[in-house]
Amino acid sequence: MSVPNDLQYTAEHEWVRLDGDVATVGITQYAADALGDVVYVDLPKVGAAMTAGAIVGEVESTKSVGELYAPLDGEVVEANDAVAAAPETINADPYGDGWLVKVRVSGTPALLSADEYRALIGG
Amino acid sequence: MSESALAPLQQSPLHAEHVALGAAFTDFGGWQMPVRYSSDLAEHHAVRTAAGIFDISHMAEISVTGADAGAFLDYALAGRLSTLPLLKAKYSLLLDEQGGIVDDLIVYASAEAEYLVVANASNRHAVVEALVARQADFEVQLSDLTEHLALIAVQGPLSRSVLEATAGLELRDDLSRGRTLDTLGYYAAMGMAFEGTSALVARTGYTGEDGFELYVDAEQAVTLWRALLAAGEPLGLVPCGLAARDTLRLEAGMPLYGHELGLSIQPSQAGLGRVVVTDKPRFVGKAAIEAGPAADARVLVGLTTEGRRAPRADYPVMLGDTEVGLITSGALSPTLGYPVAMAFVDPAVREPGTALEVDVRGTRVAATVVSLPFYQRKAAS
Repeated sequence: MSVPNDLQYTAEHEWVRLDGDVATVGITQYAADALGDVVYVDLPKVGAAMTAGAIVGEVESTKSVGELYAPLDGEVVEANDAVAAAPETINADPYGDGWLVKVRVSGTPALLSADEYRALIGG
Repeated sequence: MSESALAPLQQSPLHAEHVALGAAFTDFGGWQMPVRYSSDLAEHHAVRTAAGIFDISHMAEISVTGADAGAFLDYALAGRLSTLPLLKAKYSLLLDEQGGIVDDLIVYASAEAEYLVVANASNRHAVVEALVARQADFEVQLSDLTEHLALIAVQGPLSRSVLEATAGLELRDDLSRGRTLDTLGYYAAMGMAFEGTSALVARTGYTGEDGFELYVDAEQAVTLWRALLAAGEPLGLVPCGLAARDTLRLEAGMPLYGHELGLSIQPSQAGLGRVVVTDKPRFVGKAAIEAGPAADARVLVGLTTEGRRAPRADYPVMLGDTEVGLITSGALSPTLGYPVAMAFVDPAVREPGTALEVDVRGTRVAATVVSLPFYQRKAAS
């Protein structure tokens, strides 16, 4: 199970790549595998405010619905329209082309390290 | 009543095969079974276009033997099984005294004075208990064979070619009684020789495609599974999990116990009135079935919805501000490309074409009542 060391994580199975004050957010391979083939995503709009822990979107497979939790406080600056059009990208490349939103971060996020996330998923 | 929650999960005789194939597992009816091997969409499409192989060894098999076996099943079940010809199968229901559905079943006339009753894993004990409780007046022996049998389904338009190419699976006149895989009818069965034993091969399934289900001794399961996979892979056969099985059966409009069927549901509400033979002198549930459900009892319908967000079990079905039903199963149909669902709705809104809405997690989605099934395969050419 891939858990890249250069990313940070949440207990709700999101990953975060911090680059200055912009965070790229997606769901982990563990989450994508658990959902099965993703067939629909509902992403927050550009400009939407995010509060860490709030539900901001949905990732839906044929079998189930996963909620997307905001991993940190901030404002959405970009949503991945390509993933909305081709949701299977999330399964194929969860840490790359399958990213979901970019967020301008406010405050200091509280996230898990790769090791902490690995421990959480028992991997 | 947490007995079942404490019991360890049972594993199929094919469990190690699934692990080696990289399956993800789910708990299903007390069993740990593959939910998918790679992609549930790819597995679904393989069954619609080529073939898929499923391990469904979690299904329960109960043999009913003895001079009164047919008469006993006529009393214990909703259908008339005593006249079922040898090596034919029949879909049936086990009802309680209130006419509620304890389980849905496939019954095979497997030999002279011998029937094989196939039940859902989650209802195995309820079915065995009910059959035992109903046997008092009859000369029958019941035997739960679940742990001794493996059940492998091969489904899809190329499934016959897969079986014909399978090494070691052979026609033998004394077992097949003149039938061949080519001539075997839907809901008919025959014996075939496999590795020195016999397998019961039935043209049945739960996918809406042509296909076969193979009942074999648990000891032979691994050999047969590998032989089927080896023969099928060049034809596009892939191993399929329960996720694909669920979307396939949903598209085919087939009910799943616990969703479309349950103790509080009479057969006619689920569109299964034809399964109940009411002119039998007696059977469990007869009085309740003859009285029928209340006139305003909800009935099962198909729904299609707009957009791509699928209705899911327990979502409300709305007409204006009034809740007129509840979703029982739903998914974005992999074959059709739009959401399909089944729901119990008030009789007033059951007619195909009726415009309704589904409350999908707080958002109203336009829905239309449609006839079942959603998907029907083209007639064999």
